[in-house]
Amino acid sequence: MSIDFRINGQAVEVSVPSTTRLSDVLRDHLECRDVKVGCNAGDCGLCSVLVDGDVACACLVPVGQVAGCDVETVAGLIQSEPVTQRLADAFLTHGAAQCGVCTPGLLVSATPLLREDSQPSEQAAKDALGGVLCRCTGYRKILSAVCQSQCAETPGTETPENSAMNSANVYVNADAIVGQSPLRVDGRNKVFGTEKFGDDVAPADALVLKVIRSPTHRTRFTFGDIDGYLQRHPGIHRVFSAKDVPGSNAFGVIPPFIDQPVFAESHTRFKGEAVAAVVGDASVMARFNADDFPIEFEELPCVLTARDALASTAPQLHASSEHNTMCEGFVKRGDAKAALETSAFTADVAIETGFVEHAYLEPEAGYAIRTGDRIEMFGCTQAPYMNRDSIADVLGIGTDQVRMSPSATGGGFGSKLDLSWQPLVAVAAWHLNRAVRVTFTRRESMQSTTKRHPASINARFGCDASGTLTGATFEGYFNTGAYASWGPTVANRVPIHASGPYAVPHYTARAKGIYTHCSPSGAFRGFGVPQAAIAQESAFDELATKVGMDRLEFRLHNALTNGRATVTGQVFDTAVGITECFEALRSRWQEAKQRVNDKNKQTIKANSALRYGVGIAGGWYGCGNTSLPNPSTIKAGIRADRTVYLHQGAVDIGQGSNTVITQIFCDAFGIGIDEVTLIGSDTDKTPDAGKTSASRQTFVSGNAARLAGLALREQVTRLDNTPDWSGLPVDKEGYVVCVSETYDPPTEPLDENGQGVPYAVYGYAAQMVELSVDIELGQVELINLVAAHDVGKAINPLLIEGQIHGGAAQGIGLALMESFIPGRTENLHDYLIPTIGDIPPIESILVEVADPHGPFGAKGLGEHVLIPTAPAILNAIQHACGARVRNLPATPDAVLAAIPGE
Amino acid sequence: MSLQRALALLSESAFPVVAGGTDFYPSLQDKAPPLDVIDITKFDELKQIERFDDHWRIGAGVTWSQLVKAELPQAFSALKAGALEVGSIQIQNRATLVGNVCNASPAADGMPALLALDAQVECQSSRGTRVVPLSAFVSGVRSTDKQADEIVTALLVPKFSHTECSGFKKLGARRYLVISAAMVAVNIDCDEQGDIQRCAIAVGSCSPVAARLSDLENAILGANIADTQGLLNAVSLHHYRELSPIDDVRGSKAYRFSVVKALIGRTLIDVCSQFTPRRNA
Repeated sequence: MSIDFRINGQAVEVSVPSTTRLSDVLRDHLECRDVKVGCNAGDCGLCSVLVDGDVACACLVPVGQVAGCDVETVAGLIQSEPVTQRLADAFLTHGAAQCGVCTPGLLVSATPLLREDSQPSEQAAKDALGGVLCRCTGYRKILSAVCQSQCAETPGTETPENSAMNSANVYVNADAIVGQSPLRVDGRNKVFGTEKFGDDVAPADALVLKVIRSPTHRTRFTFGDIDGYLQRHPGIHRVFSAKDVPGSNAFGVIPPFIDQPVFAESHTRFKGEAVAAVVGDASVMARFNADDFPIEFEELPCVLTARDALASTAPQLHASSEHNTMCEGFVKRGDAKAALETSAFTADVAIETGFVEHAYLEPEAGYAIRTGDRIEMFGCTQAPYMNRDSIADVLGIGTDQVRMSPSATGGGFGSKLDLSWQPLVAVAAWHLNRAVRVTFTRRESMQSTTKRHPASINARFGCDASGTLTGATFEGYFNTGAYASWGPTVANRVPIHASGPYAVPHYTARAKGIYTHCSPSGAFRGFGVPQAAIAQESAFDELATKVGMDRLEFRLHNALTNGRATVTGQVFDTAVGITECFEALRSRWQEAKQRVNDKNKQTIKANSALRYGVGIAGGWYGCGNTSLPNPSTIKAGIRADRTVYLHQGAVDIGQGSNTVITQIFCDAFGIGIDEVTLIGSDTDKTPDAGKTSASRQTFVSGNAARLAGLALREQVTRLDNTPDWSGLPVDKEGYVVCVSETYDPPTEPLDENGQGVPYAVYGYAAQMVELSVDIELGQVELINLVAAHDVGKAINPLLIEGQIHGGAAQGIGLALMESFIPGRTENLHDYLIPTIGDIPPIESILVEVADPHGPFGAKGLGEHVLIPTAPAILNAIQHACGARVRNLPATPDAVLAAIPGE
Repeated sequence: MSLQRALALLSESAFPVVAGGTDFYPSLQDKAPPLDVIDITKFDELKQIERFDDHWRIGAGVTWSQLVKAELPQAFSALKAGALEVGSIQIQNRATLVGNVCNASPAADGMPALLALDAQVECQSSRGTRVVPLSAFVSGVRSTDKQADEIVTALLVPKFSHTECSGFKKLGARRYLVISAAMVAVNIDCDEQGDIQRCAIAVGSCSPVAARLSDLENAILGANIADTQGLLNAVSLHHYRELSPIDDVRGSKAYRFSVVKALIGRTLIDVCSQFTPRRNA
């Protein structure tokens, strides 16, 4: 059937079934790859387009319904609509785009509003954008960009030649060095819709792979007649299963814990686990139906919680792990038990948290192609070199035979460190010698990729009569799901961090990772530390109350300082910045306490159900791997024509490493940010800058970039007397001079009691939250959030604010609404993340206590930003209405149930 | 294709009926859409909100956004407020009221206000046209009285006094794009003394099908809109036997019972307060 419509003003005719989703027609038939697909269910708004001027989710529109209509996408609006052009500029200048995968949907959705109202209220902007989810930015910069985009005063929009569309050099700022906030070097593609993400890069003739997955938590399965299946389905080329994996059918991220198969062999251990892959022509696979695949699953008894998995009768997931216990982390200093027994006050806290889904808006996607005896992979990732090495093992080939070339990555937050799409397409492409692509559906993404660990924590903290901490015990069980992933890292990090950034002289902390028949838990912004902080910061509020101290003053009184040992016995001579963070909040804290007090008097008098409260929490986080080598290498070269190239392999998943690393390099070398050409992450082109994880890129890769800049400067100085370089010899990449510098943070191993130097650098944070609780409905409304972060040196303040906003938004989700229930909340309407209406104004206070190791003094930030948020919210809820929510999230029903009776 | 042709086709074999597509596509999960559907947005005669002597007719192609922009008496305020709580603007622009009814979700955003308006459902088939009260049409979770050969062509809403006021509240775990834990719609009309002459209270998400609370309505009839305490007492004393909430990811049974009273009380007081300025004027 032929359907005519106009796309961005151009008449088009497509011959597809009229029920084909408009989003599929736009992307697959009309090359409109600026239309992103995040959920295929209207839950995320990424695919927003205008149909006759009104915004719609293209994934929910049958293409037959747009016959005769005008369809506009961001790429068209950027060409022809001044309102959208100004908005795109504002997104750049406000830092409103991070990973950029939701940006097209946001720009499209805001356009009808801005056509009618050039200076909309914040509420109107929220109503217009409530249907587009963003997981990176925390929405506040999006709101300010939309509300201010059409004002003449907005920088960069005064004249047409300054507009992002018309100026090739919008990000040029020769003074843009360390401490400045130049526009993101990769920002333009993100706001024009031209950025290429994992699903945007495959060649047109790539075969399409679909995955057959376990329908329930634990099964035994047998394949039926695969040959008959292939005969019945012309266009399906081959089915792959465990027997087709040429190398090792196992992957993981930590060498002693490589336990996850590419394809399950006879048994599955979690719902959504891959058992086979079906590869065929794109046109055939577009109508693929997994229901007629020949396989029989038999459901087996399963355990879904750590408590159940520890029972003596529980089925064992892995033969090598007795009692389903994967591993344990332990830190002991002094005699905590004795100290607590003699403490004037103690506080016991028991905390339960659930699985938290990363919910990046870009589902996993990419493709692989075999080139001779090599495999090349293109798609989203946070860890190209680790991916390369794992795929080499899976295929049984050398690491030099594998190339991982990251596309733009639409958010990661830890989960895209692990393999997901890569081994599936690598195995298929290796056998078929054709390009093979895969794109996870939202359901597959949520079922099969890693989660934040559910934690069951029991902690006791004690202090003396003057409020000085005496000791603490901490025991945490972390549900690591069916496979190890980063579970060992969580088990190790938690005991090191569970004291918080405070001086605790006597301390025992243990964290265990427990296998269950759930989606694997892995890395998620903070590696278990946010869960631990909830327990510790809740206990601190209780102790402060018992002692009769102000809650902020109690924390300040106990704050770790230079010269005092951490719980691992590490003593910093300098750069412990937690005191400065709390001091930065002090005046706002006093004001907020007074304000909520006054408001509560009024509401009680008016018989209103609202109660106001304010909460505070601190946090710390060690940057980089725990007591392990963690190097980054950055390369730079100059050609004979004096053009400078920076080989920057630190994957930018939206957080801004492309810009920050470039700034540091340029500052050290002594050129403007516009004078360097960036060569992005690719294992064939950039040296290993490690993984984008553990808040390490600014600190570790930044240091390597600084060293590279300095080394290049030295090389160039040697050529001062050679004004003409055209006759000089060049290396195989065409460089006259080329440097490659490595930085590895100095750490020391931990002993059997966890004593040692786990990290060279910690970053510090304190946040306060003001909110109201409706004591009849249990609803929490956040009023404002103030975040003070010791970043050592703010390399790029705008990007730092972006990290703070985004991390706080994830902390809000963790505290108030997010709970992944395997098998139940596998979509973005049952699993809720905050929308633009759920994030209050956020004030960022950048504290700079320079670190001797950090580049220009900088410390990491990426994970610190969400650690204090959830405990500050929970403490504020308790302050407002007395409800101690200890089983997260604090949904309205949980809050209402926790409000003490009369 | 005409509506008549579509009805003829349906009388011969089953086809999915699609309007805004906002429930149809998500229900496919990861499967490809069927090739043949009946797309009722193609029928221009179903796209209007029409006013007749004694009722309003909301065609099956009318979207939530269309409803919000339409000039309608204030008895429709709750329905309009519900419209603005449907998913997001993207959904409101495509999704239809009739689709919301036919999808028969216990949490359908339109149901409480439509029930409070005594809406009826117009079903057409090649056999003819029939009109069913909405309360009878939706028979359970994902279940309606629509016959296989029928298309729901419109919702019919009786005309009420121009003085009738209404209000709506929805409770969810986040601001936008949220399926509610509980919803309340209230329509009230009163005489010049402020004595309540018509009272309709409907609750969503707390029973398999959104429910009218007729005992509570009867208890409130005749009360005065200024008697806030009396109204709240009635709400507080009611037993809510019409409701049978479940425990699910959006809230526990106990929670729903507990908040529904607060929501009804607040909505009732809000609606009653809408009268006050006019009486003083």
